[in-house]
Amino acid sequence: MKLNRRHFIVSAGAGAFTLGWKLPHALAQGVAAQGVAAQGVAAQGVAVPAEIGIWAVVHPDDTVMVRIARSEMGQGTMTGLAQLVADEMDADWVHVRAEYVAPEVNLARKRAWGDMSTGGSRGIRASVEYVRQGGAAARAMLIQAAAAKWGVPASECTTAASVVTHTPSKRTLRYGELAEAASKLPVPSNVAVKNPADWKIIGKGVKRLDTVDKLNGRQIYAIDVQLPDMLNATIAQSPVFGGKLVSFDAKAIAAMPGVRHVLAVGDNAVAVVADKFYQAKTAMAKLPIVWDEAGNGEVTSAMIAKALAEGLDAKEAGVGLKQGDVAVAFAAAAKKIEAVYSAPFLNHATLEPMNCTAMVTVDPARGDRVEIWVPSQNGEASLAAAAEAGGVKLSDVKVNKLSLGGGFGRRGQQDYTRQAVLVAKQVPGRPIKLIWTREEDMQHGYYRPITQCKLTGSMDAAGNVTGIHMRISGQSILAYLNPAAIKDGIDPVQFQSMNPAEFGYMAVPNLLVDHAMRNTHVPVGFWRGVNTNQNTIYMECFIDEMAAAAGKDPLEFRRAMMGKNPKHLAILNAVAEKAGWDKPLAPGVYRGLCQNYGYGSYVAAVAEVTVSPKGELKILRIVAGTDPGYVVNPDQVDAQVDGSFAFGLGALLYSEITLDKGRVVEGNFDSYQVARMSDMPRVETIHRPSGGFWGGVGEPTIAVAAPAVLNAIFAATGKRIRSLPIKDQDLRKA
Amino acid sequence: MIALDINGHTHQVYADPETPLLWVIREWLGMTGTKFGCGIAQCGACSVHIDGQVMRSCSVQVGSLDKAKILTIEGLSPDGLSHPVQKAWLQHEVPQCGYCQSGQIMAAAALLAANPKPSDADIDEAMSNICRCGTYNRIRTAIHTVSSGAV
Ligand code: FES
Ligand code: FES
Repeated sequence: MKLNRRHFIVSAGAGAFTLGWKLPHALAQGVAAQGVAAQGVAAQGVAVPAEIGIWAVVHPDDTVMVRIARSEMGQGTMTGLAQLVADEMDADWVHVRAEYVAPEVNLARKRAWGDMSTGGSRGIRASVEYVRQGGAAARAMLIQAAAAKWGVPASECTTAASVVTHTPSKRTLRYGELAEAASKLPVPSNVAVKNPADWKIIGKGVKRLDTVDKLNGRQIYAIDVQLPDMLNATIAQSPVFGGKLVSFDAKAIAAMPGVRHVLAVGDNAVAVVADKFYQAKTAMAKLPIVWDEAGNGEVTSAMIAKALAEGLDAKEAGVGLKQGDVAVAFAAAAKKIEAVYSAPFLNHATLEPMNCTAMVTVDPARGDRVEIWVPSQNGEASLAAAAEAGGVKLSDVKVNKLSLGGGFGRRGQQDYTRQAVLVAKQVPGRPIKLIWTREEDMQHGYYRPITQCKLTGSMDAAGNVTGIHMRISGQSILAYLNPAAIKDGIDPVQFQSMNPAEFGYMAVPNLLVDHAMRNTHVPVGFWRGVNTNQNTIYMECFIDEMAAAAGKDPLEFRRAMMGKNPKHLAILNAVAEKAGWDKPLAPGVYRGLCQNYGYGSYVAAVAEVTVSPKGELKILRIVAGTDPGYVVNPDQVDAQVDGSFAFGLGALLYSEITLDKGRVVEGNFDSYQVARMSDMPRVETIHRPSGGFWGGVGEPTIAVAAPAVLNAIFAATGKRIRSLPIKDQDLRKA
Repeated sequence: MIALDINGHTHQVYADPETPLLWVIREWLGMTGTKFGCGIAQCGACSVHIDGQVMRSCSVQVGSLDKAKILTIEGLSPDGLSHPVQKAWLQHEVPQCGYCQSGQIMAAAALLAANPKPSDADIDEAMSNICRCGTYNRIRTAIHTVSSGAV
C-alpha cells in the first residue's frame, strides 16, 4: 500500500524554514486559535539532509521531490504546483516528483506550508507566490553550495535542468551532488522569482505526475485502505435533516454474518461494524431504528418552493450590487421585461462515496492517539475534526491523506471523518473503515443551495439597457456553514459574479442585485462553481431574453453593455470569433452564447445544439474561452474545462435533489442522473491569458456551460427553459 | 466454499453465494482496483470481464460464477501498462481523479475486443460508465486512437 511517504519529520527550528514570508493574517490567527505552539520542535535540532528550503527535497540521484500542501482530487493541482516550484528551481522536469505534506507536520512546523484547504479553484492561484519563492530560494541555495565548493562567486554560476554551471570555467555539478551541502545553508528570503518570459516548465502541457497508477488499479484511494486487524463499518444517519437517533435494536441483526458491533454515532446516526463492509451494509438494511424527526418530517419541495417564491417580492433583501436607481430606470422605460428562474438542490455525488478509516489508541500514560486515513480537501480540517471527535490534542492526531475519488467541494466538510473517529473510539485499538453507501451519500450531502430568481430589465426606445434588477431568493451557504460570516443579513458568497468587482455589465447605468435569504433545514455547501452556477444562468439567459425583446443579436447586445469591462469583452469576442458567430450554421443547428467572471478568471462560451421535431436535444459543440491571467499547464486547463462542462451539463439536463417528508427522495444514480458519454458535446477550448493576475481554472467555466446551451435552445425552439433541470420539459418548437 | 478463476488464478473463497462479486474481489481477496460507486449496476466503476463480456460486478453473485473466467483491471496486462487501452489512456492523459478509470478501461477493452472500429454512436452506447470528473471526451479520443492503431 502506498501511503504518503515522509522521509522528513519534525525538523530543526521551524522558524528558520518559514523563509521570512508572512502567513496571511487569517491563517496566523488560525494557528493561534488551534493552540499550536512550537511544542519543543526547535529544541529537537534534528537537521534533515537534502531538504532544500521547505518545498523541495533533492535526492542524490537528482530526483526532486516537491512538497504539496493542497489536495489532488483529479484537478491536476499536484502537477501544477510541482511545475511552479520546479521551474523556479531550474529543475529537470524528468526527475520531478510530488508528495503531500502531512497535516500534523504542517501544524508542528507552524503552518510553514500555509493553508491546506483545497477549494474555490485556489489550489494554484492562492499559493503561487510562496511556492514560487520557495523554488527560487532552493535554487539560490544550490548555487551557493556549488560556489562554496568551487570557491567562486555565486554570481558566476548559472543553473539549467538540475545542473549548476560555473560559467567561466565550464565546471558543472548536479543538484543531486549538491543537495546535502545546500540543505545546510540558511534559507534566503525575498529571492526574486522569474519573469514569465523566462519560464521553461510553467505554461507547458507537461504530463501529469499521477497518471500511471490510475491505469491499472494500483492507485490507493481512501476507500481502498487495508490495515491489519481492520474492521469495516457503514452508517445510517437520520433520514430527516436535523433529526435525532432515539433507539435501535441491535439484537435483531447480532447474529447476521460478520456483524461485530452496532453503535450509536453522536446523537443522529448509528453504525454497524462487521468484518466486511458488505456484511455491515446487508445487516444495516435489517436494523430497526427509531428516529426523532425534530419537527421536520413534513417538509416537501413544494413547501420550499413556496417560501422562496415569497422572497422574490419581499421588502427585505441584502444588497450585493447597487448602481444608479433601477426604480427610476423602470419608470422611464420604453420597454420592460421580467422573468422568474429557478434551480434545485444538487448533490456532489463524488464517484467514491464518503469514507474514512480511523484508529484510536488508548494510552492512559501518554494520552490517547488518533490516526486517520482520509480523502480530504483540507487535511488540517480533517485533523481538527479527528482531534475533536477523539477528544485528543491536535498534536496526538496523525493524518494520512489518501487519494480522493473526486471532491468538487464535498470533501472540505469532515462529517465522515468525525463519524469514523466516533466509531473507532468505541472499538479502540482496531482500525475501522467507515464507508457510506451511495444512498447515504446521496441523502446526506452538503447540497448546492436551492434558489429562485426574478429578473426585471428596462430598455430605452433604441433598445439600450437602462436597468437590471436581479432578485435572488433562496438558501445561503454561509448561514449554514459559518453564520459568523453573515454581516447585516448579507452572505457575500451569494453574490459571486454579481458584485461590482466581478460583474461584466457595469456600463448599465442602473443595477440592483439583492438576496432574500430563505433558509431551509437542508444542509448546503460548496458545489463546484458554487453560486456562480445559478447566478450566471439567471443573468446570462435573461440578457438573452432582453436581446430578443430588443430584436438584437445577443453578441452585439452584450457588447453594448460591456464598455466598462474590457477583459470580459475580450474573452467573449475571442470565443465568438473561434465559434464563427458571424458565419451561418448548418441547417437545423442553433447556437447561444454567454460570458462570466468567477474565481479570478474571465470565461465565455458558445454552444451549438439541435432540437429534433420530437423535442430531443443534442448538444453538438461548445467553444469555451478562459483568461486565467497565466496558464500553468494548458493540457490540464483543457481537462478542467471539459470536466466542468460534464459537471455543469449533467446538472442542466438531469440532476435534482428533491424533498419529501423532510428527507431526500433521490437515492442513487438511477434517480439522480448525471452526464454520461452520450451527453457530452465536443469541447473546444481557447486560452487567452492576459497576464498580471492568477485566476482559477477548475470552476470558472462551469458557470457558462448551462446558459450557453439554454440560449441555444431558445434560438432553436423559441422556448425559454427557466426552471432546471431540463429533463421532462417539452422542448418541441414553441 | 466457492472457487473463482480470477486473472488466471483460482481463488477459494468462503462467502455466501449471494455475495456480489465486487465485494468478494475487494474485501475477501483484497484486490482494490475494482471500485464501488453505486452497487446497483448504474455507474460501471466495478466493471470486470466475465468470460470476455464486460459486467458490473456489484450486480453479479459469486455463486453463479463456477467455471467462469473473470478478468479484473489488475489482470488486464502483465505490467499494468501494455494493453493498448492503457497505452492510449496514458497518451491522452485520460484520468482526472482516476476513480472511475478501472471500470472505463475494462469497458473500453471489451468494446474494442468485440468491435475494433467503433463509431461515436457505438462508443456512446457501450461506454455508459459514469465519470464525475468528466473525462468523457478524452475517453472517446483514446478509444479512437486504439482503433486507428496509433498507440
Ligand atoms: S458499483 Fe457496480 S455499477 Fe456502480
Ligand atoms: S476520473 Fe474521476 S470519476 Fe472519472
